[in-house]
Amino acid sequence: MSTFLGIPRARVAGPAADVAVGQLSGDRPFPAAAHEALADSRLRRNLAHATSTIRAKRAAVVEEVPDWEALRDAGSAIKADVMARLPELLEELEANVQSRGGVVHWARDAAEANAIVTRLVRATGAKEVVKVKSMATQEIGLNEALEAAGIQAHETDLAELIVQLGHDKPSHILVPAIHRGRAEIRDIFARQMPGVDPALTDEPRVLAAAARKYLREVFLRAEVAVSGANFAVADTGTLTVVESEGNGRMCLTLPRTLITVMGIEKVVPTWADLEVFLQLLPRSSTGERMNPYTSTWTGVHTVDGSADGVPDGPQEFHLVLLDNGRTRALADELGRTALHCIRCSACLNVCPVYERTGGHAYGSVYPGPIGAVLTPLLTGLTGGHDPNDSLPYASSLCGACYDVCPVKINLPDLLVQLRAQHTEAHTESHRLPSAEATAMKAAAWTMADAGRFAKAGRAATLARHVIRRGRPVLPLPPPLNGWTASRDAPTPPAETFRDWWTRTRGTR
Amino acid sequence: MTAREEVLGRIRSALGDRPAAPPIPRECLRGGVHSPGSPELALQLVDRLEDYRATVVRVGAADDGDIGRAVGDALASREIGQAVTPRGTPREWTGWLADVVVDEGQLSARDLDAIPAVVTGAVVAIAETGTIVLDGGPLCGRRAITLVPDTHVCVVRARDIVQTVPEALARLDPQRPLTFVSGPSATSDIELDRVEGVHGPRTLVVVVVG
Ligand code: SF4
Repeated sequence: MSTFLGIPRARVAGPAADVAVGQLSGDRPFPAAAHEALADSRLRRNLAHATSTIRAKRAAVVEEVPDWEALRDAGSAIKADVMARLPELLEELEANVQSRGGVVHWARDAAEANAIVTRLVRATGAKEVVKVKSMATQEIGLNEALEAAGIQAHETDLAELIVQLGHDKPSHILVPAIHRGRAEIRDIFARQMPGVDPALTDEPRVLAAAARKYLREVFLRAEVAVSGANFAVADTGTLTVVESEGNGRMCLTLPRTLITVMGIEKVVPTWADLEVFLQLLPRSSTGERMNPYTSTWTGVHTVDGSADGVPDGPQEFHLVLLDNGRTRALADELGRTALHCIRCSACLNVCPVYERTGGHAYGSVYPGPIGAVLTPLLTGLTGGHDPNDSLPYASSLCGACYDVCPVKINLPDLLVQLRAQHTEAHTESHRLPSAEATAMKAAAWTMADAGRFAKAGRAATLARHVIRRGRPVLPLPPPLNGWTASRDAPTPPAETFRDWWTRTRGTR
Repeated sequence: MTAREEVLGRIRSALGDRPAAPPIPRECLRGGVHSPGSPELALQLVDRLEDYRATVVRVGAADDGDIGRAVGDALASREIGQAVTPRGTPREWTGWLADVVVDEGQLSARDLDAIPAVVTGAVVAIAETGTIVLDGGPLCGRRAITLVPDTHVCVVRARDIVQTVPEALARLDPQRPLTFVSGPSATSDIELDRVEGVHGPRTLVVVVVG
């Protein structure tokens, strides 16, 4: 190993994503939105039922895999490798997609990606597109952009369809309508689905059949499809969509033109690397050994491989590579690990905060623990009271998310680092009096490390012996007496939240 | 500056610290304990397929006539007498059907929508996950024929059954249009309960040969 003796090289963050385009921010801070959600008992019932079901399924299929921890280590390392070599890998992907007949586009931000897709759809003359569920297109608000251009976007994933027909917002990465129970879904279909049988019951089987019937006609006539991608393999140029219902297969097979919008972080180096993710993802997300359908494509295909052969799938393929704040996250050493996320949603399903508030409270299309870190990393923190400034606090730091994450993203550490950054930004923008600023700095230092945070919590529980009824037993030295002269210092609890969590629940 | 140059430039600046690419631990198990084609794998595949509500039919010896009889029985019991099949499947496989349409690429999606079933082979099956893999080749046909008809009968030969996902990927050519199928179409979108049967074939029959 050689030692580098030159000037330390600086990291320069890319620009933040614009919260005015797409869906990366709500209109109010998390506590306000959460407060309302907590009052909705039906929502809490729906969420508790759904998340407990999926947690049990996930645990059972993960248990079956003897090398699960080794797979997680491999997944985590592959993603770290991807981030380190991102420019080369993207160029390799681009070259391989192009050599197989695909066209690659680059988008600096949401507005540019929307403009590219709109232009491509317009060029086909189509007035509608079918869509495979995709977080990237949700993030950039593509449906709204297409609508403004007079193009109708049909969501074809069942949960997305429920959200779209209900004029609602997605509340979960995998199951965007997780906040809806079967009776509500029945009502939405009965009211909004063209041509639906009014005698529809609320049995999931019946509801799924209604969606099949309604969308079949749409699939048969569609000329353009828009998808996201779960993975893109640099060394082969292969794109991958992992799904359950077959709506993905429909979109990737029947239309003549396919447009795929993908975040730049989704690339993996080699075909063999897919073996790791195709094991980690289904078990972590739907709790299945393998999801019903995974489709892969490399450019455009004909049955015999010749340029004028019988088409197999779309004959025009466009790949749009999206930044939109990702290069901002990439410049942060810890923040870049949030880009390892494979959007499995396991961290949402185990999060005690998510389970109670649901996804809408987070404002962004990315809710739960990953949303609480990814959203502010993409959009930046103002240090004030902007909705996304509150997200790093939307967690009890219990650590359950870290334990289930298939690519071992240290979400609690990311949350405390973002809290520290928020405090710093706050200090910057408020120029506090020095004692308070110092206290804030100390708090930032403490919160920036999970270990320090835990220790500080325990130290505070000891302080309960010197505080009685809100007054210190001994007078505090200045300047701290200035604080307690007019305020009560709360008596610290006998046990920290983290200790209580570990004792009562965290070890389960 | 083009968007391409700018995004690549931003990435390089964000990586100004030149993070080292870490070594990738490959301790995860790539191969299975059973070799491809072993009876244990056929049993495991059957178990996993049935767990995901696929119907499984076992045929002892690799005789195309016997396979055809099994295919015919499976479809007859569902009152289906018509199926589409790709060019490369042995004609015996569909020998017991009243009406067989061989796909030469002439069928539109609407034509396929009027055909109740499809009969294909598979190139690889994964025992641990209950997965069959189609590659768009002569045995599997183009994607549309295994997607639009409501019943898919897929013939899997024992020698093509591997135990693990990595073994399967190693056998597959990424330049082909691949479809990994694990059970019939399903959704967990309503209260996270799994329900079989949405847009893909609602019935999957796997004929395991050997
Ligand atoms: S952060 Fe990890 S657990 Fe959460 S969605 Fe992403 S990959 Fe899954």
